[in-house]
Amino acid sequence: MSATFLGMPGNFPENASEAVQNSQLRYNLRKATSTIRGKRAGVVAELPDWQDLRAAGKAIKDHTLRNLDRYLVMMEEAVTRAGGTVHWARDAAEANRIVTGLVQATGEREVVKVKSMATQEIGLNEALAEHGIEAYETDLAELIVQLGDDFPSHILVPAIHRNRSEIREIFLDKMPKVPENLTDDPSALAEAARLHLRERFLRSKVAISGANFMVAETGTLVVLESEGNGRMCLTLPETLISVVGIEKLLPAWRDLEVFLQLLPRSSTGERMNPYTSMWTGAVEGQAFHLVLLDNGRTDVLADEVGRQALRCIRCSACLNVCPVYERAGGHAYGSVYPGPIGAILTPQLRGMSSELDASLPFASSLCGACYDVCPVAIDIPEVLVDLRSKAPHPAAERAGMKVAGWILNDHVRLAQAQRLAGRLRGLVPKRLPGPASAWTDTRDLPEIPAESFRDWWERGGRDDRA
Amino acid sequence: MTARDEILARIGRAVAGAPDVEIPRGYRTTQQAGDLVELFAERVGDYRAIVHVIPEADVPGRIDELAGSRRMIVPDGFDRAGGWADLGTADGVITGCAVAIAETGTIVLDHGPGQGTRAQTLVPDRHLCVVRAGQIVAGVPEAVARLDPSRPLTWISGPSATSDIELNRVEGVHGPRTLEVIIST
Repeated sequence: MSATFLGMPGNFPENASEAVQNSQLRYNLRKATSTIRGKRAGVVAELPDWQDLRAAGKAIKDHTLRNLDRYLVMMEEAVTRAGGTVHWARDAAEANRIVTGLVQATGEREVVKVKSMATQEIGLNEALAEHGIEAYETDLAELIVQLGDDFPSHILVPAIHRNRSEIREIFLDKMPKVPENLTDDPSALAEAARLHLRERFLRSKVAISGANFMVAETGTLVVLESEGNGRMCLTLPETLISVVGIEKLLPAWRDLEVFLQLLPRSSTGERMNPYTSMWTGAVEGQAFHLVLLDNGRTDVLADEVGRQALRCIRCSACLNVCPVYERAGGHAYGSVYPGPIGAILTPQLRGMSSELDASLPFASSLCGACYDVCPVAIDIPEVLVDLRSKAPHPAAERAGMKVAGWILNDHVRLAQAQRLAGRLRGLVPKRLPGPASAWTDTRDLPEIPAESFRDWWERGGRDDRA
Repeated sequence: MTARDEILARIGRAVAGAPDVEIPRGYRTTQQAGDLVELFAERVGDYRAIVHVIPEADVPGRIDELAGSRRMIVPDGFDRAGGWADLGTADGVITGCAVAIAETGTIVLDHGPGQGTRAQTLVPDRHLCVVRAGQIVAGVPEAVARLDPSRPLTWISGPSATSDIELNRVEGVHGPRTLEVIIST
């Protein structure tokens, strides 16, 4: 069973400084992210209307969020009409309770799962385990994380921090019936996963999924994937339970024409992912339950700057271009949502009461590469700066800022302070003492001039120019 | 207050006063693509699927050839006699499709007549799909417009694959490991 991130100690700078010492991790991440960056750039450049698609994607999501209550009711009606059952969950505990109850009602003790960020966010596997229900992850990367008793470190490829030989070790160690001569060839590893899960797919009676999109107009759910494990879970079991964040909604069927172009090219860098499944209500005799999840999303929606994070379609392009993510890795963020999007989503969903969550808005150099690649144009740097102003600051920093504000607000006080600083400039050390040394460890203090510009100007400096 | 009412009320409070947004649709919705058959064949081939472009009259003969002695499921509504019935022991499946997309090399099944159930096109290791030239559209918007959302839909772009190991695509995980496409012209 993979561990949960909730209540993780530490903070981003500490986690990151530990992670950057791990040269294997840095090598794995550099290799994987540079591969995917190149692929994405290639397939995005193929579309002459990429920026138009991006503008449409952004606007569709904003329009949906503005009218989210209306569209959710429309979704509920459409799913119900098509024979499905809709449940509403205010938070993680309520969602877990609903899903546990639905599984218990089937009498089954095990479920298969399609990779889902929402169910990771709410810690569903752990909640099911408490009630004696075993959840089996079926996505290859999730399987690697689950078998390795590890944390996910990437939205799309949770095991991105593992290379092929590490994956081979995990399989040899944890998979019953794995061939002893298993090589680290990726196709051999994929074959091992196929054999490992085949029988389970064919006998499982209950599956749990998330969804990439849901269409209010028609009640359709959409899951994009590569391996076919999604199709197995969505198709074969008698009962399907989908846990979906309320922001995953699209108003109209037609809107898929935008997102089915934006998402595959942004995430795996392909023109199209191998498999996409769409279903509306109960299909081919299957029982279908949709659990609509809030879990902090309505709080994010209430924030005028931060609400744009809800446009996210979880493509992970921002992770792949981020210089901080590439070096620190996903675990440092202490959340199922790592990287730039995680740095704005996690503190908004969970609040900034823990040291870790309060440190996330600072886990960025504000270079803006994430904004450039975002297929729904989330201005991540803007939200980061906004969250920084809301994050708790130490008392000394708050006091210092208060004093600075008092001085800068009045030109007489500023002039006096500048003159004082000019007279004392010989006493200012190159490096600040005490806790302030953290600042000068990586930066030079600015030189204080003997005379301020204002004084020089008043003295007639303007006439010295000739 | 039920969870439903509470969530809806929270949303109402959160967005009160926010302006609505116009959706600009300046992207391509119809395309003047050149030879759709050629582009589709090339793009399907990029996914390492096997592609045959042949005249309609030659299709039945080619299917016989490709099926050989394999135990192939032939779904209801597909114009071919015989076929294997048992899903668990089948080697493959032969289907038509609802629509195909040239730009992305995608086949879409709506599981109507001749396309089998979702399980039939998933469990066997080989999928032989016949695409008529007239079913190929240029881009994603044209395909979305042609499809019926009330039907279960499966979009297929190449054989089962994964990018989960070092982000390189390798073929062959849980779905059919061989995808063979006959484009009938």
